[in-house]
Amino acid sequence: MSVNPKKRVAVVGAGVAGIAAAVALKRAGVDADVYEKESGPGGHLTRWHALFPGRENAATVLQGFLNEVKENRLDIRTGTLVTDIRKENGLFRVTTGSGECSEYGAVLLANGFRLFDAARKEEYGYGIYPRVITSPDLEKRMEDPATGLLIHNQAPKKVAFVHCVGSRDAKVGNRYCSKVCCISGVKQAIAVREQYPSCEVMNFYMDLRMFGSGFEELYQEAQEKYGINFIRGRVSEAAPTLDGSIQVKAEDTLLGCPLKVTVDWLILLVGMEPGIPGSLHDSLGLERDDAGFAGCRNKFLLPGYSSVDGLFLAGACAGPATIPDSVNQGRAAALSAIHYLNGKV
Amino acid sequence: MNGKNDKWGFHTEKSNLITLDSNDRSLVNILAEQVPSLNSCFFCGSCGATCTASDDGMNFRLVHLLLRRGELQTVNKIIRSCLLCGKCTLVCPRNVDTRAVIYNLKILIHELH
Repeated sequence: MSVNPKKRVAVVGAGVAGIAAAVALKRAGVDADVYEKESGPGGHLTRWHALFPGRENAATVLQGFLNEVKENRLDIRTGTLVTDIRKENGLFRVTTGSGECSEYGAVLLANGFRLFDAARKEEYGYGIYPRVITSPDLEKRMEDPATGLLIHNQAPKKVAFVHCVGSRDAKVGNRYCSKVCCISGVKQAIAVREQYPSCEVMNFYMDLRMFGSGFEELYQEAQEKYGINFIRGRVSEAAPTLDGSIQVKAEDTLLGCPLKVTVDWLILLVGMEPGIPGSLHDSLGLERDDAGFAGCRNKFLLPGYSSVDGLFLAGACAGPATIPDSVNQGRAAALSAIHYLNGKV
Repeated sequence: MNGKNDKWGFHTEKSNLITLDSNDRSLVNILAEQVPSLNSCFFCGSCGATCTASDDGMNFRLVHLLLRRGELQTVNKIIRSCLLCGKCTLVCPRNVDTRAVIYNLKILIHELH
């Protein structure tokens, strides 16, 4: 295939944003190569069990995306890490881990996010105390009811969630809000109560940010139907007890009193960190926003337009995003890339 | 330990630590069964702000929170000043029947004693 490289687009990342972008490009008749470092498409969606706010099965939603890939005959180069992108004479040269080079007229970055490494918050003991797990760990456990949160085959009696782990925290260098963890925490709290009706569930939060459609309703349902206890106060530390359960300390900031409770599991709602490697920022001269994500030129008029002409952004690489956000951004960025290739921008 | 007039001229205050493991938090569950809307409360404080008896220490939000944490020592004293006027119920954004909660709580406490 010898398509004029000036008319081709490279999509980096085959998560939901990348797939949506590539499908939109394909449907518009634009030739696109999709690069994916993992062995298959789907990104973080492949590691999730159920989705907020409706608790849809993640595997079903993933299958929907995979069907789109198949129906549109997308060429996804899986297991292919993009190591370098450079812009020279108006063309982007994309280099992969194997040293292969290809040229494109435009690039659409959909690198997504990295999960915050909970071990960095040492006071919670992730990676040291086995009963301290993260929200993705819980998703994985909930996939198999035979494991779940059972302890010696017994249902857990008390489970606590910690909101804002790795987000809104200057101590780890992340002052921004990761946006999706609040509602994830509510959804997971409900899932735990549904699986283990006799288990008490507590969510320790600083603020609850229920910004999306149906989010506030799910939060209310969590209180009314599932009796989840929302306690305002950031967990300051976790310590193991003799039987392996976890004692947590927080302040009940609505009462102004310190509070202590022992739980069977402590679940850390980890946030998102920028997914574009620093080396790509450097080689492209791609600017970051205050939070460290890829910045856009004008957040009102040109969202999805990076600081580099012809380089477009979609999904969580441009800032924490939900799946529908990422899909919309993917489509929008595809259209922007088409306009660019046609010389309209 | 907690006496104000101890022999040495100093005393220790009772710890204000809430220990959820040992606190009895069953009362709030009984109340929530009687008045299910109680579980909808998100502790906004509208009730406390509008309370006729707030000068006397009444505060529905605080009472509810103390019940939820099993910190029952001061609850009886606080709700004694409630006039059951129902203004808190009028302002509640989550439609909690606050008046019915206090009314039932008064009866429960009366029955307990």
